[in-house]
Amino acid sequence: MNYLFAHLPKVGTLLAQHVVLVGTALALSIAIALPLGILAARNRRIATPLLGTLGALYTIPSLALLALLVEYVGLGFWTAIAALVTYAQFILVRNVAAGLRGVPAAQVEAARGLGMTSAQRFWRVELPLAFPVMLGGVRLATISMIAIATLAAYVGAGGLGTLIFEGLDRQYPAEALAGSIPAALLAVLADALFRALERRWTRHLTPRAAG
Amino acid sequence: MSLPHLLAHAQTHVALSAAALSAGTATGVPLGILAARLRGTRGAILGLVNVGRVIPSLAVLTFVVPVLGVGFKPALVALALLAIPPIAINTDLGLRSVPPAALDVARGTGMTAMQAFARVEWPLALPVVLTGVRTAAIEVIASATLAAFVGAGGLGEYILRGLQAGDPALLLTGAGAVALLAFAAEFTLALAARRAGERTA
Amino acid sequence: MLLGPSGCGKSTLLRTVNRLVPLQDGRVLLDEADVARADVTTLRRSIGYAIQEVGLFAHMTVGENVAIVPALLAWERSRVAARIDELLNLVHLDPHRYRDRYPRELSGGEQQRVGVARAIAARPPVLLMDEPFGAVDAIVRASLQEETRQIARTLQTTILFVTHDVEEALRLADRLVVLRDGKVEQYDTPLAILSAPATPYVGRLLDARDVIRRLSLLRVRDAMVPGTSDATMPEILADASLRDALDAFLSGAETLAVRAGASRIGTIAYENVRRALRAQTAVGTLP
Repeated sequence: MNYLFAHLPKVGTLLAQHVVLVGTALALSIAIALPLGILAARNRRIATPLLGTLGALYTIPSLALLALLVEYVGLGFWTAIAALVTYAQFILVRNVAAGLRGVPAAQVEAARGLGMTSAQRFWRVELPLAFPVMLGGVRLATISMIAIATLAAYVGAGGLGTLIFEGLDRQYPAEALAGSIPAALLAVLADALFRALERRWTRHLTPRAAG
Repeated sequence: MSLPHLLAHAQTHVALSAAALSAGTATGVPLGILAARLRGTRGAILGLVNVGRVIPSLAVLTFVVPVLGVGFKPALVALALLAIPPIAINTDLGLRSVPPAALDVARGTGMTAMQAFARVEWPLALPVVLTGVRTAAIEVIASATLAAFVGAGGLGEYILRGLQAGDPALLLTGAGAVALLAFAAEFTLALAARRAGERTA
Repeated sequence: MLLGPSGCGKSTLLRTVNRLVPLQDGRVLLDEADVARADVTTLRRSIGYAIQEVGLFAHMTVGENVAIVPALLAWERSRVAARIDELLNLVHLDPHRYRDRYPRELSGGEQQRVGVARAIAARPPVLLMDEPFGAVDAIVRASLQEETRQIARTLQTTILFVTHDVEEALRLADRLVVLRDGKVEQYDTPLAILSAPATPYVGRLLDARDVIRRLSLLRVRDAMVPGTSDATMPEILADASLRDALDAFLSGAETLAVRAGASRIGTIAYENVRRALRAQTAVGTLP
C-alpha cells in the first residue's frame, strides 16, 4: 500500500494507459462486432460458423494469443489492441445477435405494417429493444479486456501490468499490488457502472425484452 | 526444448489446473448450495462472488504472493480462488431452477430432505452446475499460463521464455500446447455436461 | 369482414393490402389504384394496421406509440400532441393517466385500445384489423367490438377485419367474405348470406338454419308498425334487434312501443316479427 501512495503519479499514468487501451479496443470491437452481429442475427447460416470461429479464438488463453501476435505483429500498443479486439468479438457478436433475435416479432411486424422503412425499424424499434442484451455483452467484454490488458505490459503496451510484472520480477509484492489493486478496482467499477446502465434501460421494458 | 521437457511442463500445467479446479469445486459447490438454501446468506455470498468474478486473474495471483510467497502452492490457491465464482454462481442458479413441482412430488412420495436433494434436486441442477465447472476450467487453464510469472512452472514458462529470448519456436510451442489443452478441456467438459443433461432429460 | 377457419388464408389476404405479403398473381386495388404501383412506405402509412398481439413498442410510452405514424409523417409537434389526446379519448383511455405509461403497465384490453388508436392516428381511410380482439376476454371483447363499430361510423373509415369468430363477424360486418382453404365461398351482406348460403359449407359455418341468428341482424325499425302507442306498453329501441324483441315477447310482453330518440314512433308485436322473417326467407332458398 505504501508503494501505491508513494508513487501515485506513476500509478495514475499507468492507469490512464490502461483505460486508453481498453477504451480504444472497446470502440474498435463494437465497430466490428455490430455489423457482424446484425449479419449473424439475420442469417442463421452465417451465424453458426461465425460464432464457432470466434468461440474457438476465445478459448485460446490470452497470453498465448498475445504471444502469437507478437511473433507476427511485433511488440507494442497495436499488438495488444489486436488481441483485445479479437477476444471481445465472441462476446459482442453473440450478444448483438441474441439481442436482435430476441426482439418480439409482433413489434417488428407492427413496425413494418405501420409504414417504417427498414432503417427506421432498425433504429427506432429493433436496436432500442435489443440494447439491454447488447449492453450486457459490452459489460462482459469490458471486464475481459481489463483483465487481458494487464498482460499487455509484457508485450510493451504499457498499462497497470507494468507495475505487476516489475513487482513480481523484483520480488517486491507491494509494487505488484500497486498495479493489481487499481486494476481490480477498475474492473469492479466498470462492472457496477454497466449493470446500473442495464437496469436503467430495462426499467420499463417487458420482462421478455430484457434479455 | 525437447518433448519430455514439454510434457513435463504440460504435466505441471494440468496438475495445477486440475488441483485448482477440484479445490474450487469443493469450495464453490457448498457455497452455491448455501446461497440457494439459506436466504440470509444469499446476498452476501453472491455479492462477494460476483465481485470476485470480475477481478483480473493476474491481480488475484499478485494478491496471494505477499501472503504465501511464490511457487506451485500459492499459484494453486490463486487459481482455486478464480474457479470459485463461476461454480458457486452456477450451483446456486441450478438449484434455484429446479421446478418446484419436482420437489413437491419428491416430498410427497415420502423422501426426507436429504433424499430429495440427492435423488431429485441435485441431478436436475447438475447440468447447470457442470456448465459452471466448464467455465471455471477454461478460466483456470488460461490463468495457469500466468502461473509461470509466480514461478509455478507450467506451459506459460515456454511463452515467457520465448518472449524474453525472442525465440519464436519456444513461444509457438507454448502457445500451441496451451491452446490445445484448452480445446481438449472444453470439448471433454461439453461432452460431460451433455451426458448429464441427457440423463435427466 | 373476412371470416374463415384457421389456415384459410384470411390473414394472408389481409396483408396483401398493405403489401406485407407479396402477390404472385392478380391485383389489389385501393380506390381504383393498384397497390403494387404505389411506394410501399407511403402506402403503409396511409393504411391503419392493428394485429392480435398488438405489438406495442415496449420501449415507448403509450403517447409515443400512438404518435408513431404522425411522427413518421412529420406532423408538427403541437398537432401530434393534440391528436394523441384526441385518440386516447376516442378509445376511452384518459390521456392524463395513460399518455406517459408504458405498455407493460397496461392490461390486455387497454393495450389493444392503444393499438387501435395507434392504427388510426394518421386518419387513414382504410384500417386493417387482424383478429385484434382474439387475445382478450369475452367481456372486454364485446365492448371493444362496439367501440370499433362506433369509431368506424364516426370516422367514416373502411375497415377490413379478419376473424374466425362467427358471432363477431355477424355482429360487425357490413359486408362479409367467407373464406375456406384460400377460396372465397361467398361475398355479400350477412343477412343475404344467412338467407341464401352459397354452399353447404357456408350454411354450416354460419348455422344459417338458425332463425334466431337472422333475427339478431334485423332491426325493430324495419319490422314495426308506425303510429301511436299505448302509454302502458313497455318500450324497445328502434335500433334494437328483432331478437331482443323476441326476448321481450317470450318474457310475457304482448306489444312493445318503439322509441327512437325522444319520441315513440310505432309499435311492434310478435306477428310483426314473424312477418319480417317470412319476408326475409322468401328472398332466397334455404338449404
